[in-house]
Amino acid sequence: MSFTTLDQGAEVTAAPPGARRRSAFPLLAPSVSVLLLWMIVPLAMTLWFSFQRYNLLNPEVSGFAGLENYEFLVTDPDFWASLTNTLILVGSVLVITVGFGTLLAVLFDQPFPGQGVARVLAISPFFVMPTVSALVWKNLMMHPIYGVLGSLARAVGMEPVDWFAEYPLLAVIVIVAWQWLPFALLILLTAVQSLDHEQKEAARMDGAGPVAQFVFITLPHLGRAISVVVMIETIFLLTVFAEIFVTTSGGPGNATTNLAFLIYARALLQFDVGGGSAGGVVAILLANVVAFFLVRSIARRLEV
Amino acid sequence: MATLQLRNLRKSYLAHEVIKGVDLEVADREFVVFVGPSGCGKSTLLRMIAGLEEITSGDLLIDGQRVNEVGPADRGLAMVFQSYALYPHMTVRDNMGFALRMAGVPKPERARKVAEAARILQLEPYLDRRPKELSGGQRQRVAIGRAIVRNPRIFLFDEPLSNLDAALRGQMRIELARLHEDLQATMIYVTHDQVEAMTLADKIVVLQAGRVEQVGSPLELYHHPANLFVAGFIGSPRMNLLEARVLGADGAGVMLEAAGARLTVPAGGASRPGAAVTLGIRPEALRPDPAGAFAGEVRLVERLGGLTLLHVTLVGGEAVVVQIEGSDPTPAHAPVRLGVEGAACHVFDAEGQALPALGRHPLAA
Repeated sequence: MSFTTLDQGAEVTAAPPGARRRSAFPLLAPSVSVLLLWMIVPLAMTLWFSFQRYNLLNPEVSGFAGLENYEFLVTDPDFWASLTNTLILVGSVLVITVGFGTLLAVLFDQPFPGQGVARVLAISPFFVMPTVSALVWKNLMMHPIYGVLGSLARAVGMEPVDWFAEYPLLAVIVIVAWQWLPFALLILLTAVQSLDHEQKEAARMDGAGPVAQFVFITLPHLGRAISVVVMIETIFLLTVFAEIFVTTSGGPGNATTNLAFLIYARALLQFDVGGGSAGGVVAILLANVVAFFLVRSIARRLEV
Repeated sequence: MATLQLRNLRKSYLAHEVIKGVDLEVADREFVVFVGPSGCGKSTLLRMIAGLEEITSGDLLIDGQRVNEVGPADRGLAMVFQSYALYPHMTVRDNMGFALRMAGVPKPERARKVAEAARILQLEPYLDRRPKELSGGQRQRVAIGRAIVRNPRIFLFDEPLSNLDAALRGQMRIELARLHEDLQATMIYVTHDQVEAMTLADKIVVLQAGRVEQVGSPLELYHHPANLFVAGFIGSPRMNLLEARVLGADGAGVMLEAAGARLTVPAGGASRPGAAVTLGIRPEALRPDPAGAFAGEVRLVERLGGLTLLHVTLVGGEAVVVQIEGSDPTPAHAPVRLGVEGAACHVFDAEGQALPALGRHPLAA
C-alpha cells in the first residue's frame, strides 16, 4: 500500500530524471555555450595549430606537422631561457611582495598620524596600469640620465646604473613587484586586522615580546592570507607581458624573455603560428602543474 | 603567596577619567570578585592590574612591591580572557606550554608541568587537539590550564564564563570554586553576573562608573548594602524601594511612614522627623499577612515551582515584588495585606546612603 502511494506521490511532484534534464537545458544553454566559445574553442584551436605547419610568411607550406613544432621548441635554447626567466620572475616577485607585504601590513596596523593617507598611497600603485607604470619606471626612475635613481647615484658621486642594460631581469622584477606589493599589502593588512585582540594580549601576558608575537601569533594567523596572495599572484605573474614589452622587449638577447613574451615573439614577430601555439600549450601545461601543487598545498592550509 | 594593594588607582583616556581612584586590599588566597554593570570599569581595572592598560596615577603593589612600570609578563600574573584567546594554530599542549616556552623552560620540565595541569583539569585526552576541535567548556579549561601552568602569584579572570550556556556555566562555576580550593591561589574575577559573584567570592567589590561602591563579603553586601546602588544591584529579584518619611527616632530605631503604613526599622543615624528617605525591603522579607502593615492588590503571579513571585500594587500606587513559597495559593487580582519585620528593612537617606543598622545579620558579621 505504501508503495503505491509513494509512486503516485512521486509522479505528481517530480518529473522523470530525463525529462527534467531536457527541460533545464534551454536555461543552461547560454552559460554552457559562452563557456564553450570562451574556453574550449580557443583551447582546441591552439592544440590544433600546434600540430600544424602554419607560418604566415610561408602560407604554401601547410598540413600536419606532427610533433615538429614541439621538437623545434624544446631544442630552442630561447625556450629554456624563457622558462627559467618565467620561474625566476614569478618566484622573486612572490618573495618580495609577500615579504615586504607582511612587514608593511604589520607596520600599517600600528596607529600613527596620517595612517589613512599613508594606506591610500601604499595601495595606489595597484591602480596604475602596467604599461604606464613600466614607462614611468623606465623613463623617470631607472633611466641612467633622466632617472631619479641615476641622479641619486650621481649626488653621492657614484656611477649611475643602466638598469635595463646591466640588470634587465632584476629591473623587470622590481617593476612588477612594485605593482603587486599593494595587492599583497591589502590582503595581508585585512588579515592582520582580523587577528583577535585578546590573543595578542594573551601572548603578552605569556611573555612574548614583539618579535615572538610576530613569529608565533601573527605569522601563523597570516598563513591563510599568504596562501591566497601566492595563489592569485602566481596566476597573474605567469603571464606578465606589458612590463616586458614596454621596457626591454625581451632583451637584451633573451635576458627578460618569459614564456608569454616568447609566445608573442614566435607568433606575431616571426609569424610562426604553429610554433607559437606549441609554446602556448606548454604554458598551459606549466600553469596547470604550478596550479596543481599550489592548490594541493594551499587547500590543506585553508582547512585550518 | 600573594597579596595585592591598589592605592588611589586612576585611569584616564585623554580628559576622560574611567577609573576614579580605587583603593583595595586583596589578601593572600582570597577570591575577590569585581562586579558591576557594563561600562563600570571593572574590566579596565583588571587589565590595569594585569599590566595590559597603563596606570595613569596611583600605586599598584604586588606582595608589597610597586609594579606600575613592570611589564605584564613579569608581574607573575596569569589571565583568563573572556574569549579564551587560545592560539588557534597550536595544539592544547602547545597552548598550555607557550608561556614556559617563552620563558625558556627546558622541554622535559615543560612537558611535566603541562601534564600536571592537564591532570588537574581532566584535559589529558585532548592534549594533541587544536582549540577548534574542543567544546566551549573544554576551551575554557584549556584557558585556565594555560594560567595554571605558569604557577602565577595571582589569577585574573575576565568574565570567563560569559560565553558558555547556562548549564555549563553552573558546572564551570563549581569547578572554579574547587580549583580555588585546590590551588590555594589568590584570584581576581570580573563578572556582571551576581550569581557568580555571590557563590565564588570571599570578597565582592561593587563598582559603578569607575568608583568602588562597597567592598565586603557576599552576605555582608546582601544584608547590609552601603547605598542604594549596591542594594539594587545585589539580589534577584531586586530589592523593593519605597518612598518614605521619617516620623521620629529613638533607641529602637527609626519610625517611618511609607505607602500608608507605619513601621520601625532598627537603624541609627541622624534623621530628623519629616525627612524624605527610601525604604528598602527584599522580596523575600515581605509575606502575606492578614494583620500586615501594607495593603494592596496582587496584579500578577509568577509561579516558578519552588518559588512564587507576587507582583503587588500597594494602596499608594507603588509596585512591590513579594517572594514566597511555591505552595502559596494567593491568586491574581486578590486584595492582600503584606507584613514585614522591621529588622529586615533598609533605610537610605536622601543621598542614597544606608542608615547604619543597629544589629548585624548573624551571617554577615
